[in-house]
Amino acid sequence: MTRSISRRSFLASSAGALVISMFLPTLARAQAIRRMRPEEMRDVPATPNAFLRIGADDRVTVISKHIEFGQGTFTGLATLAAEELDADWAQMRVEMSPADVTLYANLNMGQQGTGGSSSMANSFYQMRKAGAAARAMLVTAAAQAWDVPEDEITVNQGVIAHASSKRKSGFGAFAQAASRLPAPIDPPLKDPEVFRLIGTDLTRVDTVAKSSGQTVYSIDLDRPDMVQSAILHPPAFGATVARLDPSDALAISDVLEVHQLTRGIAVYAKTRYAAQQGVAALKVDWDTSKAEMRDSAEMFQTYAQAARTPGTQAERRGDGSAALETAAKQITAEYHFPFLPHAPMEPMGAVAEVGPEFAEIWMGSQLVTRDQSQLETVLGLPPEKIRLHPMVAGGSFGRLGTPDAEFAEEVALVARNWGKGPVKHLWSRENDLRGGRYRPMSVHRLRGGIDAQGNITAWDQVIAIQSFLQGTAFGGAVRDGIDGSAVEGARGMPYNIPNLNIGLHLMENGVLSNFWRSVGSSHTCYSIETFLDDLFALGGQDPIAGRLALIGDENARLRNVLLRVADMVNWSGAKTKPNRALGVAVVKCFRSYVAEIAEVSVGGDGLPKVHKIWCAVDCGVAINPDQIRAQLEGGIGFALGAALYGEITIGKDGRPQQGNFDSFRSLRMSEMPEVEVSIVKSAADPTGVGEPGVPPAAPAVANAWRALTQTNLRVLPFSKGVLA
Amino acid sequence: MAINFHLNGAAVSFDGDPETPLLWVIRDHFGLTGTKYGCGVAQCGACTVHVDGKNRRACVAPVASVADRSVATIEGLEGRIAAAVQQAWASINVPQCGYCQSGQVMSAIGLLSMTPNPTDAEIDGAMAGNICRCSTYLRIRKAIHQAANTAAKGTP
Repeated sequence: MTRSISRRSFLASSAGALVISMFLPTLARAQAIRRMRPEEMRDVPATPNAFLRIGADDRVTVISKHIEFGQGTFTGLATLAAEELDADWAQMRVEMSPADVTLYANLNMGQQGTGGSSSMANSFYQMRKAGAAARAMLVTAAAQAWDVPEDEITVNQGVIAHASSKRKSGFGAFAQAASRLPAPIDPPLKDPEVFRLIGTDLTRVDTVAKSSGQTVYSIDLDRPDMVQSAILHPPAFGATVARLDPSDALAISDVLEVHQLTRGIAVYAKTRYAAQQGVAALKVDWDTSKAEMRDSAEMFQTYAQAARTPGTQAERRGDGSAALETAAKQITAEYHFPFLPHAPMEPMGAVAEVGPEFAEIWMGSQLVTRDQSQLETVLGLPPEKIRLHPMVAGGSFGRLGTPDAEFAEEVALVARNWGKGPVKHLWSRENDLRGGRYRPMSVHRLRGGIDAQGNITAWDQVIAIQSFLQGTAFGGAVRDGIDGSAVEGARGMPYNIPNLNIGLHLMENGVLSNFWRSVGSSHTCYSIETFLDDLFALGGQDPIAGRLALIGDENARLRNVLLRVADMVNWSGAKTKPNRALGVAVVKCFRSYVAEIAEVSVGGDGLPKVHKIWCAVDCGVAINPDQIRAQLEGGIGFALGAALYGEITIGKDGRPQQGNFDSFRSLRMSEMPEVEVSIVKSAADPTGVGEPGVPPAAPAVANAWRALTQTNLRVLPFSKGVLA
Repeated sequence: MAINFHLNGAAVSFDGDPETPLLWVIRDHFGLTGTKYGCGVAQCGACTVHVDGKNRRACVAPVASVADRSVATIEGLEGRIAAAVQQAWASINVPQCGYCQSGQVMSAIGLLSMTPNPTDAEIDGAMAGNICRCSTYLRIRKAIHQAANTAAKGTP
């Protein structure tokens, strides 16, 4: 009854025929491995053989270059290919590509990876071209077999037909013949007016499997003679082992070995239970002399102190902060944002086998090329000796994409140290929540001024935050003391405020941080959107009208979603019902535009009770409206859970104080508000939806809370900010 | 001493440590991987199975506690309610990452078996122990209502 996986070459193992031969235009390889601007992506040559397989049984299998961790990418990619192929939706399947940057680079990243809400955006032309090329080849093959002109052949819902001779066929019958034809490099694409699948609410390709326990995640893999490993990480970041006594662990029956690794102490066992017991039985003295031992309170104090000084200038307009001195009125606000864990439902896990001459690893990965190179470095093996299989993952929210590839490194070390066959290496929830890689904590200090008419004339924002890119393979993103991910959303904010200054302090912190769903906008959108409401209140301006007045024509799409969300609630001010209030916030991120309005009351626990969120989004062409709604619903719930309760605090012993879902509180069903989404009809190229729903949710709630209670929420989470 | 129980209708026997959580016995010994590990402390519900027809968190249930009992996992679902629930899950596109969904489906079936036509509040209460980090909660609630309707009408 165990699920076994075999070493398979997806191109060679197909039971049916390949669409085309192994011919690959060299142009495609050269172009794919660099970062492209969106407007360049439409010129990517068609490479159907990399992305499509058509079996003799008519099944069309899309090879996904992106991992699926909930965001619907498998379904979206299949939709794009099926549209141009004129396939029937029921014949579409999706499987994950292997690690191969030459074929599967994310055009937005210049390497293989899934992130930045870019999967649909960077694949929109590439996958359609793959489908169009395959369709053209099938038509040619059918025309040759039937001896009829190609232009008399039609393809519709998976059926190739020639009307006058009354001939019909599925794709499978011509797959072999088509595979011997050259692939067109630049096949014509459909006019969006005739899209049949794009723009419809297709059922996800993975829904049935995921509703019946059949989807295989890393944790579900099995290999012959596989052992189980668990790991004990240092209790504080940077602590090391002073003395290890593994005797109690080794005395447990079914525990096989204990190895001290640079990243922790690995226990190998015959069963998961024994591995867990083994970890619990380890006796370790830790050396914390080089560890990060400040607690959260001390860190916040240090950050707040820094934020009172200008920092490195990330942006300046007009007279910058000097304009504050001539303002009629001004206010100052200090915001505290905590460390936030991703806590994907599937804790980090992998199956790996490492021998002297080869390595094979199955794991979820948002940065496949980065993980691959770390495996090469750690194992000292050339790329062709390492097979990395990116897996479908049970959530991620950024967790599976670490610039230093720390989990790939750990897995490689664990498997190499065992060295006797495959290992399933799994983290406990405690490993996950205490393992760092959090959304970095930060302090924002904002000062703003208005003139006598209530217009905002000056904005000064200083952010104190650590960089998780500096010193990594992605360190190039940090230039002249500015980490772009730390100020994204603030630098270049879409409001035409004449005098503006954005300053940044990159703080030292031993607690490791990382990308977290919506990255910089997860905190900058909050401080900007709530501080705006403070200034509007100071100047007697309406939150919607005030924003509209500040958003210029260059951000017409942002104005449009704001107007639309205001229409959705028939906006006539924040307070329209007794004991309830509305709050608004907007964001432009990952090239999409989102506006949200929250309806809030004071809950029985004293915290904001969020009744409903209305959301308007412009993400270009809506490939699957139902999945766009799903991502916005999910993004809003994710954001609300974080805003209400989410934090990792560091204790005086340097240890993260939340270790499981009993102390780290996640949003539960009763706390999920109603969500209504309106999608702007657009012909623009598609942009992201996985992340853009997140940033406006919390500030919309805080703005409603302010209107309701006349109090500000400037310390996150709300459970701390309200009840402290 | 071996622990004997029924797993998805079949008589099975486990002769390892009787304190082993049922979760790992189901997954690693019997190879039924639809039931997931999420927390290990009965806080997230990803490991929900049915023991004698009632919801149980397999991560904290020692295998010894199911001796001579009947355990059903997501792989062994049968009957009108289960079919209605899984059909509703698919038609409403409930899952995102899907990892918690086996547990959600099991909890939903457990709820509908006791309360055939639950209110929103009853659903929220019964499903409070199942975390979904993708926040598919709205769709889960909608799917449970739909399944209740379908199951009430007879064979889906």
